[in-house]
Amino acid sequence: MSCWETIADYALRSQGIGERLLPRSDFTLCQQFTLIGSGMIWNVYFGVVALCGGFFLATLVALGKAARSPWLRKPSEWFIFIFRGSPLFIQFFFAYFLFLSLKGVMPIFAPFTAAWLGALVVLFLNTAAYSGEIFYGALQSIPKGDVEAADAYGISGVSRFRRIIWPTMLRLAWPAYTNEAIFLFHATTLVFFSGFPASRQMGDALYYASYFADKTFNPFIPYPILAGYFILLTLVVIGLFGAINKRLNRHLPQEQRRKIRLRPNLIR
Amino acid sequence: MGLYWSVLTVLALLAITAPAAILFGFGGATAARSRIAPLRWVGKGYISIVRGVPDIAFFLFFVIALDQLFEWARHSVLCPDWDQPIRQGNDFVVCAAAKLPLSSSPQWVHETYGFFLAILTFALVFGAFTANVLFGAMRAVPRAQIETAEAYGMSERQAFWRIMVPQMWVYALPGLSNLWMVLIKATPLLFLLGVEDIVYWARELGGTKTPQFTDYPHGDWRMWYFFALLVFYLLFTKVSEVVLDRVMKRLTKGQATTGGEAQRKAPA
Repeated sequence: MSCWETIADYALRSQGIGERLLPRSDFTLCQQFTLIGSGMIWNVYFGVVALCGGFFLATLVALGKAARSPWLRKPSEWFIFIFRGSPLFIQFFFAYFLFLSLKGVMPIFAPFTAAWLGALVVLFLNTAAYSGEIFYGALQSIPKGDVEAADAYGISGVSRFRRIIWPTMLRLAWPAYTNEAIFLFHATTLVFFSGFPASRQMGDALYYASYFADKTFNPFIPYPILAGYFILLTLVVIGLFGAINKRLNRHLPQEQRRKIRLRPNLIR
Repeated sequence: MGLYWSVLTVLALLAITAPAAILFGFGGATAARSRIAPLRWVGKGYISIVRGVPDIAFFLFFVIALDQLFEWARHSVLCPDWDQPIRQGNDFVVCAAAKLPLSSSPQWVHETYGFFLAILTFALVFGAFTANVLFGAMRAVPRAQIETAEAYGMSERQAFWRIMVPQMWVYALPGLSNLWMVLIKATPLLFLLGVEDIVYWARELGGTKTPQFTDYPHGDWRMWYFFALLVFYLLFTKVSEVVLDRVMKRLTKGQATTGGEAQRKAPA
């Protein structure tokens, strides 16, 4: 079997398209590359959707935490504490079994027990909490003069937030937010390792990597492949976020621009 | 019974790993700032390699790699007249005397060996992060302090142990407390390493492995086990926060930092 045939058979295997049986013996490098790459579709899907959704919730949570009224502040603080204070791993497990028992009561929750929705909800809430904390910190460090200048110009209320506070907040938070995004992509590998089952062996990259490692007893090939894919993904994320960072900082003189310092994190 | 035992396992892991990681980190940091070039390269290489590789892939990969390394080392010492290759296709074959632990040894040896591997992995990974923190902290100790020590006629070694080491903890503590939080949240990954920890028990209790457990006499209780775990971790995080705050207060006392100044000037 040539490599092209393998790619045709397995490139979309993680979505259930193509050859149904996974390779069982005589594993080739090509098969490992194709299947692990196919699993990356899930990682990208979880990361991108959770990040896009989480961004908006994070802004709301940050505003809530900075609010003066305790009715807004307390729930936001608790939300952030719960999701940042407990391991994501446990959150996945808990959510899975929570959805399972809810499914017994209300059939409406049936799709939540599948990874594509259930795990997405957990990742969404989790990243919202982490980025909410980042945005809150940025919100606290907005230069006083900016807000005073806005007041002097008679900009107030929603338009002051939209045109002054929010862009500055993003600008200040962006380097930390980039780290959070990278970190979230790494965290997507936990999905199929926690409670969520991979139906019909449609798993993510780590699922296939560990499949190969289990079958061949040789971790030195699949895991480096996985690491390679993730490094590529991280580079893409850095590129995209760097471009946005440039745009957010374009009005500042060259030397005041905030550089992104990458601090890879380990586990959430 | 196993459940309570597993809670102890997690606590024991934390209690052993934290000092071990600090030792590894201390060694790494001192090596990284050593004047002998090869030693410096080793230290820097250790820090950057371990910090650069993302996520649980490390945990999955490292345990097998360590295990194989130990077995290979024992194999080359114990069975010098073994003529077959160690890697036979997909299998990793060593002679029976080199197996770790010996296949004839009782169950608890196997469990302890797994636990030991887990601790070693955690200590190695977190040691690299600690090394980075301590490396920064050592550089943060004001140069004048060391110069004063030299002026008093202390040797380099004395200045290091009597001046640098006691003072660096203030600068290291914020980073170390961060790491401690991450370490707490990393413990559920023990389950991936094959140690019977709390996640393992929470999964085992209250249900069979088949998904059709909705027809149990009682409901699916695993949700509540995981809820308890969630609360356990949240409490643990909260307590650590409070304790670390106290330690920070104690450490800043009499230091040449803003915090120390503020404490000095505060009305006694």
